[in-house]
Amino acid sequence: MQQWAEWGIETAVRRGASYADARVMDIRQRDITTKNEEVGTLVEAETLGIGIRVIVNGSWGFASTDRLTRDGVQACAAQAVAIAKASSLAKREDVGLAPENAYVDTWQNPFLKDPFRIPVERQIDLLLKANEEMLRVKGVTLAEGSMSFKRIDQLFVSSIGSSIHQIKMHSGAGIVATSFAGSEIQKRSYPNSFGGQHALQGYELVESLDLVANAQRTGEEAVELHSAVQCPEGTSTIILGGSQLGLQIHESIGHPIELDRVLGQEANFAGMSFLTTEKLRKLKYGSDIVNVVADARLEHGPGLGTFAYDDEGVPAQCTPIITDGLFTGYLSSRESASSIGEKRSGGTMRTESWNRLPMIRMTNISINPGTWSYDDLIADTDDAIFMETNRSWSIDDRRYHFQFSTEIGWEIKGGKKGRMIKNPSYSGITTEFWNSCDAICSREHWTLWGTPNCGKGQPMQTMGTGHGASPARFRNVKIGVAFSK
Amino acid sequence: MAAKAKKSRLKRVKGAGNVRLGAHVSGAHFSASDLEDIAESILKFSEADETEVEIDSTVEALTRFANNTIHQNVAEQTLNISVRAVLDGRTARATTNKIDDESLRRVAASAMSLARNEPKSPDLLPMLRQQKYHPVAHFFPATAAATPMDRARAVTRVCKMAGANKQTAAGIFSTGFVQTLLTNSKGLLARHDYTESEFSITILEEKSSGWAKANSPDVAEIDPEVLAASASRKAAASREPRELKPGHYTAILEPSAALDLVGSIFYDFSATAVMDKRSCLNDRMDRKVVGENITLWDDVYHPLQLGAPWDGEGMPRQKVLLIDHGVPKNLVYSRASAKKMKTKPTGHGFTLPNDFGEAPMNLVFGGGDSSVEKMIASTERGVLVTRLWYIREVEPYEKVLTGMTRDGTFLVEEGKISSGIRNFRFNQSVLAALSNVEMLGPAVRGAGEEAFEMVVPAMKINNFHFSEVTKF
Repeated sequence: MQQWAEWGIETAVRRGASYADARVMDIRQRDITTKNEEVGTLVEAETLGIGIRVIVNGSWGFASTDRLTRDGVQACAAQAVAIAKASSLAKREDVGLAPENAYVDTWQNPFLKDPFRIPVERQIDLLLKANEEMLRVKGVTLAEGSMSFKRIDQLFVSSIGSSIHQIKMHSGAGIVATSFAGSEIQKRSYPNSFGGQHALQGYELVESLDLVANAQRTGEEAVELHSAVQCPEGTSTIILGGSQLGLQIHESIGHPIELDRVLGQEANFAGMSFLTTEKLRKLKYGSDIVNVVADARLEHGPGLGTFAYDDEGVPAQCTPIITDGLFTGYLSSRESASSIGEKRSGGTMRTESWNRLPMIRMTNISINPGTWSYDDLIADTDDAIFMETNRSWSIDDRRYHFQFSTEIGWEIKGGKKGRMIKNPSYSGITTEFWNSCDAICSREHWTLWGTPNCGKGQPMQTMGTGHGASPARFRNVKIGVAFSK
Repeated sequence: MAAKAKKSRLKRVKGAGNVRLGAHVSGAHFSASDLEDIAESILKFSEADETEVEIDSTVEALTRFANNTIHQNVAEQTLNISVRAVLDGRTARATTNKIDDESLRRVAASAMSLARNEPKSPDLLPMLRQQKYHPVAHFFPATAAATPMDRARAVTRVCKMAGANKQTAAGIFSTGFVQTLLTNSKGLLARHDYTESEFSITILEEKSSGWAKANSPDVAEIDPEVLAASASRKAAASREPRELKPGHYTAILEPSAALDLVGSIFYDFSATAVMDKRSCLNDRMDRKVVGENITLWDDVYHPLQLGAPWDGEGMPRQKVLLIDHGVPKNLVYSRASAKKMKTKPTGHGFTLPNDFGEAPMNLVFGGGDSSVEKMIASTERGVLVTRLWYIREVEPYEKVLTGMTRDGTFLVEEGKISSGIRNFRFNQSVLAALSNVEMLGPAVRGAGEEAFEMVVPAMKINNFHFSEVTKF
């Protein structure tokens, strides 16, 4: 790997690059799905290549190849330089980079069990058993399960002297029960929708989820939803379960704080952000109890946004995003930090694979735990709907107006959890919503959820992000609009 | 065997360093014979009962601009070698991009090893022998040969145009080509080479924006300046947008907006989705579910459609009538779902193994003769929508979707555009929307961001539910 990267850097610098970096990535992936007691997908994939990024004449160029011969890598570097020269045709000013030190380091995330060493037969068997348990429930018309594992072995080398080798192991698993009856399709997922829980861990994550033991309840809830009460339309107090709050953070905090969006670089596709730079350290983003961090460090937890260095060689950091309700920080890169006068990048440049340019991505964007026990929060709530497990999510391209629906809800009346609610949904304006938060559960209810499917960029890149959250209460929220006629 | 490997070619793939890249077009990653040699080696190395090899060699480049300057400019060469092994009634897949002999042996062995360790699949059918395909022509040498300078010059022109108008441009210009090969140990061999190009632009003013996008296999069909001018006009026309109360309005959806809305129904026509009871067509086939003016086909051979003329197993794709004057008439089938439902496959299966079976990927809506201008002129009060954004399914059986309008939303009053308006959220059943289509435009190749490209008309839809409004 080192040799390939050095060929790329040497060629780029020799051809006129004022800065160059190279990422060699060797990625191995295993995906297993089951459906109604049969194996659906069973795929192993590997990919190896190099991406070379350069600045020439004050403009960026990037090229990538899987031809890892000396000629192949040098041609790739030369192409990156030629592309940068073309970029400079439309240049308005030279790219500036916030200063950063050179690092030579090696890092691997800790895990207990290598999922690629666990027999695939055992992994399939676990999913099939979970399918079987769900299908035992009368009314379940579709039972599904999935596992995915990824090992990323990557080397970053830059012309300022960094050489950083990192190995990351991702694991994920989940189950889904679907029930079709009459004119309604209902479903329940465990432990979360869209593939379950994902983390920077080994197979121990899958074992900790105990999919089989949770399968019957998952199936029963899917069927029971058909006879549940429809979510009313109006204004209400809501309590969001931890995984739903994680996605709420992702969409209404994580994306708007991406500095490339703020600076207009995503205007054509992912969109921009309402968090324009004059709002930094001035906007009251949330209520006083809302504290949110962007934390890529291992001590935050084994999230999908955990690493030692980002993909432009900046060490992992913890950036306060919302401090006692005040907006205090962006996700930044060396270039974007420089352009708003920050002294250093926040270390959030990440790439999906060797053939993609690193871009600003969420790391672990987490809300700090509050002080409430879950039981006390319910007991303290007179009239509300508890909403759990995301079903659909949508937000405008500046991240003001959102609408979420969840798979399931429960009435909270007089401090007690009551009837099941079907088709729960809520909507609102980002800052109004976060300012209505009046209770957050404590550390013992806090989970670092993994979102494996965050899309951004052109060409599109899919990235895993982490979101630590515990159940939280919000007042005066609009509910039920999604199903209004 | 698909093609006899020549000794000299097989020698080339023994080590990545020995590969000579005999390109058939400028900049090609691998030549056609290189890909056949790789496939041939895998078929030789595989010890499975049956083996299928699919190879995609891709060369793509994308120039991205924002704030009237190029801020990202990328190129990639990638190879994807995907091997499916069948062993004693079981099947699994392994993929790699490494082409040395050891890696090719390993990918073949890996697919077989995975298959060995799973239960038998009762639905698995023998691999196909050689098939006959209708030719499609989607390769344009000028697109494959486009350079970073070509893209940069076009981008520079539209950025200068935006600057001159005191506007800000952001977007992409991409070009590329892909060579695909599908072969198997039963003698099937299929090849499809195609080029692609795309230009998308957003023009921003302080409180408004406009957008335009087009794609084509022939870069000569793309006119960045025409698209930029259209986006510019929309941004200018929606300055100082008014806030309109949410409610039910007549909506005029331009083709991109119509595409992203109706594109969500493609998977409902999958036979597997119906068997799994997750299709909105469960218990609705042969009953009128949308308006009589709605007819829908899947047709990869339509002149405005793209794609290979075979499916994931190499079955020839057929043109299928999905909705006939408001009535869903046919589903699409893979070989396995056709066998289960006692009918014939239509050539719409995904690569095996998979959970989802099949889907129509080349939708073609029947159009009408009403231009957008005619739709506006006939509307007393309504909303003109350029594009939709962040569309997600709220309820799967009535097919209720939510999403936002974006980059050019206008109030239409007394047959004219009266002003730009703030963007709406909608919560709308697609089935209900397609039951309320009053006018259809000519079907064109639409380009959106939420659904894959299809041939779709602009639509004037009555009683469209805009449920909330945002702040811009």
